Amino acid sequence: MNAFQETTVVIPPSRRMLDLQAKPVAPALRTPASAQEPPKLQVEKLDAWYGKTHALHGVNLVVPPRSVMAAIGPSGCGKSTFLRCLNRMHELIPGARAEGTLLLDGQNLLGRDVDPVSLRRRVGMVFQRPNPFPTLSIRDNVAAGLKLNGIGGNHDEIVERTLRQSALWDEVKDRLAASALSLSGGQQQRLCIARALAVEPEVLLMDEPASALDPIATAKIEDLIHELKSRYTILIVTHNMQQAARVSDQTAFFYMGDLIEVGPTEKIFTNPSEKRTEDYVTGKFG
Amino acid sequence: MAPETHTDKVYEAELARLRERLLEMGGLVEAAIAAAVRAIMERDTPLAEKVISSDREVNRAEVEIDDMCRRLLALRQPAASDLRFITTALKIVTDLERMGDLAVNVAERAIDLTQSAPLRPFHDLTELADLSASQLGKALDAFVERNVEKAEEVIHGDDLLDAIYHRLFGDLLTYMMEDSRVVRRGTNTMFAAKQLERFGDHATNVAEMVVYMVRGTDVRHPHSRGADPAPVHDA
Repeated sequence: MNAFQETTVVIPPSRRMLDLQAKPVAPALRTPASAQEPPKLQVEKLDAWYGKTHALHGVNLVVPPRSVMAAIGPSGCGKSTFLRCLNRMHELIPGARAEGTLLLDGQNLLGRDVDPVSLRRRVGMVFQRPNPFPTLSIRDNVAAGLKLNGIGGNHDEIVERTLRQSALWDEVKDRLAASALSLSGGQQQRLCIARALAVEPEVLLMDEPASALDPIATAKIEDLIHELKSRYTILIVTHNMQQAARVSDQTAFFYMGDLIEVGPTEKIFTNPSEKRTEDYVTGKFG
Repeated sequence: MAPETHTDKVYEAELARLRERLLEMGGLVEAAIAAAVRAIMERDTPLAEKVISSDREVNRAEVEIDDMCRRLLALRQPAASDLRFITTALKIVTDLERMGDLAVNVAERAIDLTQSAPLRPFHDLTELADLSASQLGKALDAFVERNVEKAEEVIHGDDLLDAIYHRLFGDLLTYMMEDSRVVRRGTNTMFAAKQLERFGDHATNVAEMVVYMVRGTDVRHPHSRGADPAPVHDA
């Protein structure tokens, strides 16, 4: 009987105890807190051409405020064209045009009554290669947009604030009068970000902002993107898929002028819905 | 538009090698559990000893597969289905290694059982063993074929395995209560049966990971996620 009594203790199905401690699955970490707010940018049926070349085919997507969206895809897929439509830089190319609806806070940016120059104050851009004004000092580079746009106020304060926002202040505060070209490539890129931020844009477009930078400068830019996200809506075009995965809340995959899939970055990189996205992120193209 | 294979052929080959190595390891474990049960049924000590020594190969495979996965994660930064495949490999290699240990445990009971007279024919042990081994075989097939339906069959099949185990447990208890001289042999048999039941649980784990690998959805512990009432079985 003793054997029976001892063994009965063992009888209950010995299911793993840890199961009992399992917590409900946490909500996706990448979902921006602002997901429920009205979209900052709403793109509907956006088409773009270079002459007769139809470069973007009816793109529809929505970008929530204070979030980062990454656009990925092979060369020529339309991701940079898409970005350049958002501040109407696309139309600066001879023969290029865009059609559709591009709503920034509900206002159509492609409307005839919209002044592209004042639009670009609201939608700033950072380019692939750092392009500070070579003849200007660090201070004057940041203040350049303010002067060009006739923005008054205490420029020194604005310069300090934006240099702090772009995580450059501590590195340049003692040499604001030095030439911008005295800075390293990574510092120059952060200077360009400061210059874009000085005019207080609402949206920041970044076209391969770190592709010309070394890994440490790249990490600083990526860290900066995380910081800036609390105030700005950011769209970044990148060939570096790991970078898209690291910095963005949502990822949009473009292929041959079509927006194939857009969704939470975590989903795009772990379980995309479209086979073409899957093939691209796993390296099965070409 | 896109080919079915990776543009980088070396990466493609590395993934294929990982898949092959996992299957080889699965094959070793399948053979080990079948041999361990045969050693009990046929009272074959040399066979049991062979099972025990063959576990080294299973362990080596585990270390090698872990290393392959780490390398792939570090050097290839896999995404989407590749990422799910490699993380699945990392998970199921642990299950397979543990299943190898369970086969060793069964083999050790076989050696102990052959020291004394046969208990009495226990066909249920064969039934349990066959079902456990077939659960693993099916889970590995599901893995190779990326077959969710087959994986789900394994997950549901675990209930039958548990039922057989509990019936056997009851039979053995009754038998030992009737005759205290068989307690040692009965306990050994019961212990072997428990290993087979656990073996089936690990096969279920493998099958659950196959569902994740193919669909990207985690089907483990459905009753521990808050929505459902208390589980009957939550493998």
